[in-house]
Amino acid sequence: MGEGWATLSAGDGKPGRKAEEQDVSLVIGGDAGQGVESSGAGFSTALARAGYHVFSIADYRSRIRGGHNFYQIRAATRPVASHLDPPALLLALTAESVELHLENLADGAAVVYDRSFRLDAAAVERAGRLPVPVPMNEIALRHGSKVMMNTAALAAAAGLLRFPLERMEEVVRQNFARKGERVVEANLAVAREAYAEMLRHPAAERFRYRLPGREGQPERMLLHGNHALCLGALAAGCRFVAAYPMTPATTILEWMTAHAEPLGIVTKHAEDELAAVCMAIGAGFGGARAMCSTSGGGFSLMTEALGLAGMTETPVVVVDVQRGGPSTGLPTRTEQGDLLFVLHASQGEFPRFVLAPGDHVEAFEAAMRAFNLAEKYQVPVILLSDQFLASSLRTLEPERLRRDAVPPERGKTRRPGEPPLPEERRDGDYLRFAFTADGISPRVLPGDPDAVYGVPSDEHDEAGHITEEIANRRRMMEKRMRKLETALAAGEMRGPRRLGPEEAEVTLLAWGSTLGPAAEALELLARAGVRANLLHWCDLWPFAGEAAERELRRVRRGVVVEQNYTGQFRRFLRMMTGYEAEGLVRRYDGRPLEPGEIARGVLREVGAGVR
Amino acid sequence: MSEQRPTWCPGCGDFAILAALREALVQEGLAPHQVAVVSGIGCGSKLPDYMRVLGFMTLHGRPLPVATGLRLARPDLRVVVVDGDGDAYGIGGNHWLHTCRRNPGLVHLVENNQIYALTKGQYSPTTDQGTRTTTSPEGAPERPVNPIRTALAAGATFVARGFAGEPKELARLIRAALRHRGYALVDILQPCVTFNKINTYDWYAERIVRLEEAGHDPSDFDAAWARSGEFGERIPVGVFYRSEEVPAYEERVPGLKRGPLVERPLDELDEATWEALKRELI
Ligand SMILES: Cc1ncc(C[n+]2csc(CCOP(=O)(O)OP(=O)(O)O)c2C)c(N)n1
Ligand code: SF4
Repeated sequence: MGEGWATLSAGDGKPGRKAEEQDVSLVIGGDAGQGVESSGAGFSTALARAGYHVFSIADYRSRIRGGHNFYQIRAATRPVASHLDPPALLLALTAESVELHLENLADGAAVVYDRSFRLDAAAVERAGRLPVPVPMNEIALRHGSKVMMNTAALAAAAGLLRFPLERMEEVVRQNFARKGERVVEANLAVAREAYAEMLRHPAAERFRYRLPGREGQPERMLLHGNHALCLGALAAGCRFVAAYPMTPATTILEWMTAHAEPLGIVTKHAEDELAAVCMAIGAGFGGARAMCSTSGGGFSLMTEALGLAGMTETPVVVVDVQRGGPSTGLPTRTEQGDLLFVLHASQGEFPRFVLAPGDHVEAFEAAMRAFNLAEKYQVPVILLSDQFLASSLRTLEPERLRRDAVPPERGKTRRPGEPPLPEERRDGDYLRFAFTADGISPRVLPGDPDAVYGVPSDEHDEAGHITEEIANRRRMMEKRMRKLETALAAGEMRGPRRLGPEEAEVTLLAWGSTLGPAAEALELLARAGVRANLLHWCDLWPFAGEAAERELRRVRRGVVVEQNYTGQFRRFLRMMTGYEAEGLVRRYDGRPLEPGEIARGVLREVGAGVR
Repeated sequence: MSEQRPTWCPGCGDFAILAALREALVQEGLAPHQVAVVSGIGCGSKLPDYMRVLGFMTLHGRPLPVATGLRLARPDLRVVVVDGDGDAYGIGGNHWLHTCRRNPGLVHLVENNQIYALTKGQYSPTTDQGTRTTTSPEGAPERPVNPIRTALAAGATFVARGFAGEPKELARLIRAALRHRGYALVDILQPCVTFNKINTYDWYAERIVRLEEAGHDPSDFDAAWARSGEFGERIPVGVFYRSEEVPAYEERVPGLKRGPLVERPLDELDEATWEALKRELI
């Protein structure tokens, strides 16, 4: 592999290939408690409203105060599905953040910092960066208080990028509205002064990156993965959510609770995760579309009840937003370390479905599909997300979230008072667990005078009575497990999605949230002269083996890309298809894989042979 | 569910509890499809299989959260939880404490035989200190849980004790629990004739005193607290404490204002609401 590969990265320092094209990343760094996250979210919103496609990630430690945090924002004139390294601008709220980020900036990147920081501007110059000291603190103090330094910093960065001040003002107004008109006005004054200061700044002329306002762009939503998942769940008719707070899943319970009253959703902050999943199962038994959400540690507690849902054939959706493990692991960071765990979690054997959406749109759709699958097949469905997908903010055109994309289907489920289902009655009796050809027994929701039944967690007969009788056990196991074949035959489970050219020298094999970075890596590889494509899996269980094999047969050199140490998906592919990928690009330090890093990794794995 | 023949040992206190629950439900005029009996795992937790009602046998220790979820989704169903002392006060202890302070409309019948019966005679959270069992050959090391006092301390709004040796009285207590708005605990002294040779029918019968006859006022918390300390030579039965003023949890859930979740269509979100939800993110 050539020398050039080593430096291959998405942010190659060019401010857009065509004059009108922009693709700029910036990073805001500071201490926890300094408002890095709210500043980052504010800037992201302003950029989105100004017509840019945005993709942002927050990088923070698991503590409330102290320690370095940063927020990375990418703004581009084309849709982007990944963060971009390296950034062209660093907005430093502490001197420390300059030290930490200086090396990783693009050539010619600017470092905007407070003039009072003790900082060696010459060293910044020598590193090939542009030092831009601004009297942010002074400006803030002049208008009242130094807490407004963030506003000064954001406006200064906006000035440097020639980003329209009005967009920044809008966000300032919105963010401080709660604190009253005086605070709003003071912040606006700070913003205007810092912006003007920057327009006059001697360094500004030397800065090549620009983000002017873009007129005539359609309105776009700015949302994180958990938002998308919540919207999908709501659209699917989810009306019950129980959870115990755990980063990075907490925002699901919070968002649902914030909308509980107007939308008529019951949400419950339970005493622990086991209670949460049990409550969801109870609600699911009652006929509500119910969900519980957690991260790996909470999922570990839930495993006991996962089998209960399996045995009692109760629909329930369980969301595992993965973070770094094992144990409490890396609370605020990302990992795809739970794959093999969720596929096998809970004792014994029972049917389950596992979906691992790759991006925000897929998260929305997977949530809708999850509720349908849970009810049609009367099983637990696991939605496997992760911190990167859950917390990354991205722009989406509102029409991309189409709630009619997956209309609610309940399968063989009826509510009391509705006409009986075709297979419902045998000899006048309702059998909750009736043996059927497709493994799915007609389900009548509680409350029907003609369908009074019990659902035991012990093995039971068709009527729901406990029994250990041999023939019944066999048939009941077969009936339950048959649902997986039924689902596969009905085409419920999708094979891999192919991105990039049909024929390729190298194929990236990925699942879940690495979709965006892996897709972008294809472009980088193409720019480096390597024809690569990507097979991405959302649907993991039951595994659509035929579709997978069809695609895998065409792979010349396959490299699995995933966010864990042991290459769980690579092993899973081998287990399910016998296919052995040639290479593995992995990351397990809790930081999301970057496109450039994937491209470099792919070439490292198969580099010598390509081209 | 049509009725199965109970597999309990002859003479087991669970028979009387089954009979009392049946009688209470009938007398309250509740039809089988209006009642869900949610149980845990243990001898007594097999009870729903022996009744014609909606039944859900859950996991060891977990019936309370399952029942809570069901009740929150379906406040139109009367939900009764039946489990053992191991289930309720041991493995499910955390759920129990939080259910007491949460106050959902559940009737909780605990079959308290002061032993783990289904696993063949280990000491339970209510076994007297010093009792020898297969896992405590030197005598149970801990002091027993006092369910009545613990429930009072945790904020339960209906706390009662019954005795399986007196099914008529027990049915009366269960009826009172069924009429309670929030969480109603009925701790039931349930002789296990096979594994508990100490707390027998006779042992209880000698000790039982009736709170009602003793002039106890169940609205008086301090009196209830005082009486909850008695367990030994005298064992009070009846309603220790009842507060009718506290709304049930589900009465305070904003998401239920439109009625039971099951009665609402899955696609009820109208276009305007949907667009507004998306606009929040623009
Ligand atoms: C998680 C789990 N741990 C242990 C068991 C085994 N187990 C079944 S019943 C039981 C104790 C039951 O005691 P109790 O709740 O007092 O009911 P009883 O049998 O006395 O009626 C135990 C430990 C189990 N089923 N599940
Ligand atoms: S072992 Fe005890 S509790 Fe269990 S059925 Fe027999 S008598 Fe009843």
